[in-house]
Amino acid sequence: MFRLDEEHLELQASFKEFAENEIKPLAKEIDETERFPLESVKKMAEMGMMGLPIPEDYGGSGIDQLGYVLEIEELAKVCATTAIIVSAHTSLCCWPILKFGTEEQKQKYLVPLARGEKLGAFALTEPSAGTDASMQKSTAVLDGDSYVLNGSKIFITNAGAADVFIVFAMTDKEQGTRGISAFIVERDMPGFSMSKPENKMGLRASSTCELIFDNVRIPKENLLGQEGKGFKIAMATLDGGRIGVAAQATGIAQGAIDEAVKYTAERIQFGRRISQFQNTQFTLADMQTKTDAARLLVWRAAAAEQDGLPYTAPAAMAKLFAAETASYVTNRAVQLFGGYGYSKDYPVERMMRDAKVTEIYEGTSEVQKMVISGFMGVK
Amino acid sequence: MKSDYQGIWVFAEQENGKLHPTVLELLAKSKELQKHNGEKITAVLLGADVSALADTLFSYGADAVLLCENEALRSYSARPYQKALTQLSEKYRPSIILYGATPLGRDLAPRVMVSLDTGLTADAIDLGFDEDGVFYQTTPGYGGKILAHIVILERRPQMATVHAQICSPIEPIADASGELIVEKLNIEPDGDYEVLETRSAEKSGESLAEAKVVVAGGRGVKTEEDLAMLRELADLLGGQLASSRPLVDNGMLPHDRQIGQSGATVSPDLMLNIAISGSVQYQLGMQKAKCIVAINQSEDAPIYDIAHIGAVTDYKKLVPALIAKIKARKQ
Amino acid sequence: MKILVFVKQVPDTDDVKLDPKTGNLRRDGVKSMMNPMDANAIEAALQLREKHGGSVCVVTMGLPMATEVQKKALGMGCDEAYLLSDRPFGGADTLATSYTLAKAAEKIGGYDLLLFGRLATDGDTAQTGPAVAAQLGIPQISLASSIAVEDGWVYCDRDLGDTVQRVRAKLPAVVTVNGGINKPRYATPINIMRAQKKPRTTWTAADLGCDMTKIGTPGSPSSTKKVFEPEKRNTDTQYLTGSPEDMARALADLLENEHLL
Repeated sequence: MFRLDEEHLELQASFKEFAENEIKPLAKEIDETERFPLESVKKMAEMGMMGLPIPEDYGGSGIDQLGYVLEIEELAKVCATTAIIVSAHTSLCCWPILKFGTEEQKQKYLVPLARGEKLGAFALTEPSAGTDASMQKSTAVLDGDSYVLNGSKIFITNAGAADVFIVFAMTDKEQGTRGISAFIVERDMPGFSMSKPENKMGLRASSTCELIFDNVRIPKENLLGQEGKGFKIAMATLDGGRIGVAAQATGIAQGAIDEAVKYTAERIQFGRRISQFQNTQFTLADMQTKTDAARLLVWRAAAAEQDGLPYTAPAAMAKLFAAETASYVTNRAVQLFGGYGYSKDYPVERMMRDAKVTEIYEGTSEVQKMVISGFMGVK
Repeated sequence: MKSDYQGIWVFAEQENGKLHPTVLELLAKSKELQKHNGEKITAVLLGADVSALADTLFSYGADAVLLCENEALRSYSARPYQKALTQLSEKYRPSIILYGATPLGRDLAPRVMVSLDTGLTADAIDLGFDEDGVFYQTTPGYGGKILAHIVILERRPQMATVHAQICSPIEPIADASGELIVEKLNIEPDGDYEVLETRSAEKSGESLAEAKVVVAGGRGVKTEEDLAMLRELADLLGGQLASSRPLVDNGMLPHDRQIGQSGATVSPDLMLNIAISGSVQYQLGMQKAKCIVAINQSEDAPIYDIAHIGAVTDYKKLVPALIAKIKARKQ
Repeated sequence: MKILVFVKQVPDTDDVKLDPKTGNLRRDGVKSMMNPMDANAIEAALQLREKHGGSVCVVTMGLPMATEVQKKALGMGCDEAYLLSDRPFGGADTLATSYTLAKAAEKIGGYDLLLFGRLATDGDTAQTGPAVAAQLGIPQISLASSIAVEDGWVYCDRDLGDTVQRVRAKLPAVVTVNGGINKPRYATPINIMRAQKKPRTTWTAADLGCDMTKIGTPGSPSSTKKVFEPEKRNTDTQYLTGSPEDMARALADLLENEHLL
């Protein structure tokens, strides 16, 4: 558990090589232009990285959860945007179909998604249902053979490029969270439209949009799981998503450390390499220790999920700690770089902007603390 | 017995009746070796209808020419050439055989090494006899940061492929003559190997050899964006973009852009070396440039050993500033 | 079609250091990697397998740690891996190496095509491929920038600098490939996991039935007598000072004075 076995070391080396050669060269450009890196998705699809933990029978690579978090971390080390594209697609769209979908739904949607031929997204958040996801205003009303979906969703990662969306809506307002259902919605269904991508502080190329549903008719067979089980599906999905985000945050932190170690070994001030100053050494030591701790929490959560053990609390802890670590570490990295750290010529300012959102999306740090304290029995 | 082996052989590489320029350089180098060991210099000329080349070989320093003409040797093919050279060497027992480190020489010599069961040093940049009187071949090792003397102590002949331009041909001797030995060998053509066509290589730019200004990038150039910056600088200076080996190995530039031992040799007025550490192999390709400028963050990079102008800094900051300055002054 | 690809493990850096006492390369702390052009050879082999069927075996001579490059080769999709690892193999020059590799090729048997990277980044001799061809008495094509197989012949373009030669050789044959011939694929996750189950064989000199006088140091006519640092040629480098901006100005002045603008 505390070190990787041979197979996972090889997987990690392969992800690292791929990320360094194929993903890193684009990171700066896509951040500046907010361009969704479709070519990277295609390359990752060829590698089998768009459905890594999905069984081979359903178009995936059949790799375990630990392998999956290694993938996300290696991608995030060089480009946090690419990491979240994969994580949102895999954890939030492929996974719930695998877990709750019918065989027909798996064949129709999961197979092309896991192969990376199609891109997935997850739509839960609404203008008035953010952290309190139970306050869903979107509605889906059964009418003959289809549900009629109305409402809007905001801050939807991958939206601009996605083909398949997991969308949550009220099928029975009287029932509260038990009246929420999940649906598989296709991009080209009539009445489904979206806004331009949000102009964000970080993860600028991940194409985050608002979705608008205006009398979208969704075939009955696209109901995911049973009617009324949507909220449970959403919460279970987010547990896994949080492990992905925690791996992403760990990767951002490690990426910033790698840059800082390199830079401080080269930069001369007061006639010495700045890595020779104790302040630099101590700061880097703190950064690495926290990041290693975050990584171990991520691995623990991934192993729990893999072993079929409860992982809601481990996932929440990993996400809480890794996100805060990413923000701390990237902030310190910018400080070590001094004025150059504040410049777009170096990647650490981007990493600092990218890190912040890991404390916010897929459940804020405050939500994670609610989950954790709840599991502790603290009332 | 080692002492049964006498004589310095130069493989007189020719194609279509034209000697490769390295042959004359090897003859000149053999003259230097001869001063030490006093052995006869023999040029080994294989081909068909090539006897006219013998006089050229004499005038550039060969004491003897061993001529073997055979239809199977008309155009180069590895196995018939291997067989011919092996038979001749077994008969005449030279102590040294030198080949140009050309595509042909490097294709042929390893096969002769196997059939003669002897040693072959690859792409030597110098040859000589050391203080113990042992024949050595100098090769750059491990990325060119060090040099090694390779020796072949017990077996004969001692063979090496030799890098181009490590010395100049001697002034041709007028009316030179020497011993012409004609050998008839029974060699069959290789029915299992065939040259179907020879065409000019498509070039990705003007020839580097002629360029007045060369801007070369090295390992420190990581992205297409950085490379584009170097290209812009080269264009502004009316020069050619080139590189050391890493950018060719990783596919960022085609092989005809590579400077150094396994690439082109250049002699421009201005040679800008950007993020190039400057291995011995690289230096072999550009040391004749008139003005050598090096931009490298590492002050102990070997490129500074031969640079006239040095800038120890990050090229990513210096080059954009330089481009801006040149643009401003051009207006 | 049965293809053997010969792969070497090399140091992952130009910045190697010598042990001042022994003159040997210091391997501690130096990461190793697959020789880059050997990855091109593997890619060429895999593409030929995709087109013509058959199998790709990867052969490596080296220390037990060379299993890293074997794993990578299997992860890229090769079918089998052979490691030639034995103390007596140590100290081999290209003659002894070619003998050992040829013995392995004979033991594997049934080969149609033997592929090599054109040269290795550490030794840079480019001799091993042609020498193995000579050991086996088969034709070779060196410096290949393309490769195709048809009706028992291998067809290649040879990159000779100023010219390109189109040649063919009858199988079985040796081909050494240039770096530009293709872009090697990555080891994919699925292949990495499958690679764990693929056959990996280690052979010693005895397994190969080697003549012990032909391998390692005894089988190597060449040896290194002396290792030294290159002479420094020009120590009067004029260094530019100040900020990059200052340096740029000084450099532009120089170019202007030399009439290069």
